Amino acid sequence: MSLNTAMVEKYRNNFIKEVAGNVEEGDWVRMCMQCGVCAGSCPLGDAWEHTPQEIFMLIRANKRDEVLKSDSMWMCTSCYNCIVRCPRELPITHIMHGLASYAKKLGLAPKENPTQWFTEVFWENMMKKGRVNELKLGLSLYFKDGFAAGIKEAMAHQKLGMNMMKAKRMAPMEILGGHGVNDLSGLQKMIKKAQDIENERLEANAK
Amino acid sequence: MAKHEYSYYPGCSSQTGASSSNLMRSVDTMCEELDVKLNEIPDWNCCSASIGYGKGSVLPRMSLSARNIALSEEHNPDQDIVATCAACWLSTKEASERLHEDEDMFKDVNTALAEANLKLNNKTPIRHMAEVLIEDIGFDALKEGVKKPLEGIKIAGYVGCQTNRPFGIAGESFENPMYLDHLVDALGGDSLPTYEKKVQCCGGALAFSEPEKSQEMIHGIIEAAYDNGADMIVTPCPLCQANVEIYQDEINAKFGSKFEMPVVYYSQLISVAYGRNSKDAALDGQLVKAKKLEDIAG
Repeated sequence: MSLNTAMVEKYRNNFIKEVAGNVEEGDWVRMCMQCGVCAGSCPLGDAWEHTPQEIFMLIRANKRDEVLKSDSMWMCTSCYNCIVRCPRELPITHIMHGLASYAKKLGLAPKENPTQWFTEVFWENMMKKGRVNELKLGLSLYFKDGFAAGIKEAMAHQKLGMNMMKAKRMAPMEILGGHGVNDLSGLQKMIKKAQDIENERLEANAK
Repeated sequence: MAKHEYSYYPGCSSQTGASSSNLMRSVDTMCEELDVKLNEIPDWNCCSASIGYGKGSVLPRMSLSARNIALSEEHNPDQDIVATCAACWLSTKEASERLHEDEDMFKDVNTALAEANLKLNNKTPIRHMAEVLIEDIGFDALKEGVKKPLEGIKIAGYVGCQTNRPFGIAGESFENPMYLDHLVDALGGDSLPTYEKKVQCCGGALAFSEPEKSQEMIHGIIEAAYDNGADMIVTPCPLCQANVEIYQDEINAKFGSKFEMPVVYYSQLISVAYGRNSKDAALDGQLVKAKKLEDIAG
């Protein structure tokens, strides 16, 4: 049984309990008083299918698929406006990150959303050397829709790339490896352990 | 011995050949002038910024920051950690606070860290370079060292998001922080305290994944600087700097604007005002040249 199916079985008709028990800072959702300050404060508010305020209401209304399959949380720019303005001090940014990450873990995040794609590319890029390789990250973005589209994108941004290199803010040699940590195996073992602890806990919760 | 000494977390973008290498170079110059010694955390790793969350859930992210703090505590004991990147500072400070509040998570993180033979005590203050300038040095002392005042340059202080929220600088408001304006004034420039986009989001990492939505916000940030009569924008954040500076050609093509607004770091302003040349101030790292600063720097 997939983790998603197991969670559905376990928390049937009690999505808020599922969120409180499994999503980063999810126990705060109950504290939302539906004032709408978060919705009005979000710089990309217009781009959200459901604003944070609506997300909180949908969670209470048991609309599991509508929340977890939504591209809404992926519109969060991590500006922290909602956090500092929330009258009840809900850590809204973290809850949005938590919902997004949980949806991705369950395989429900919308595949066509570019930010959910980018977050994975970023994480994998970083984990290879322990530090981000900006050149490879940029190239991944250009080539996200295939080789031909990538060449077109790269050509369109050629001037920007040249200017960045001229200013010594982009280094072509990074393609060969680039900056990284020395104790890479220690770092990777540490992350594996952290992931194992977290996944074991999720699986235990799903039983 | 230097007057001030810190454990330094430069971050991925502040490396040689990376997108904010001009921040790193000008911070080095600024610290020479201010007698600040920065001891880089040996073997520091990426904090996963504000975009890693989607794939890297809580505990892996906390472990990344915990590793940096643990390395600092081992190699640079009794030194505050100072970050120059907004995301590095935020991630590290957030991890430190959460691991103080959540004992179970603190234990889990140490279990993970043990795989890398490290141990977190979590006793180290996590600070931003802006705090060092304001709290440890102070505007009065900064003013005393000015050799070439930035006379006649109108500078819009763009604080952005993550240097300002959720932690911010003590004594400043989230909605209308003034410290960049105070800094500009201390350096002899003309601050523009009514620059209304000072805390507007530039899109952050979504400038890469949602360029159209982000560039609309960036357009507003630059337009407001022109409306306020600015000659240039100053920011403390590497991603704000890059996002607001490097897409101006694309924005002009899309919006029919004619923007050519330099976006510099506070460390570049200080380096120039303290008499250092354009190269030391890393002004050669600008895509949109800050001519008025270059004229003063020589």
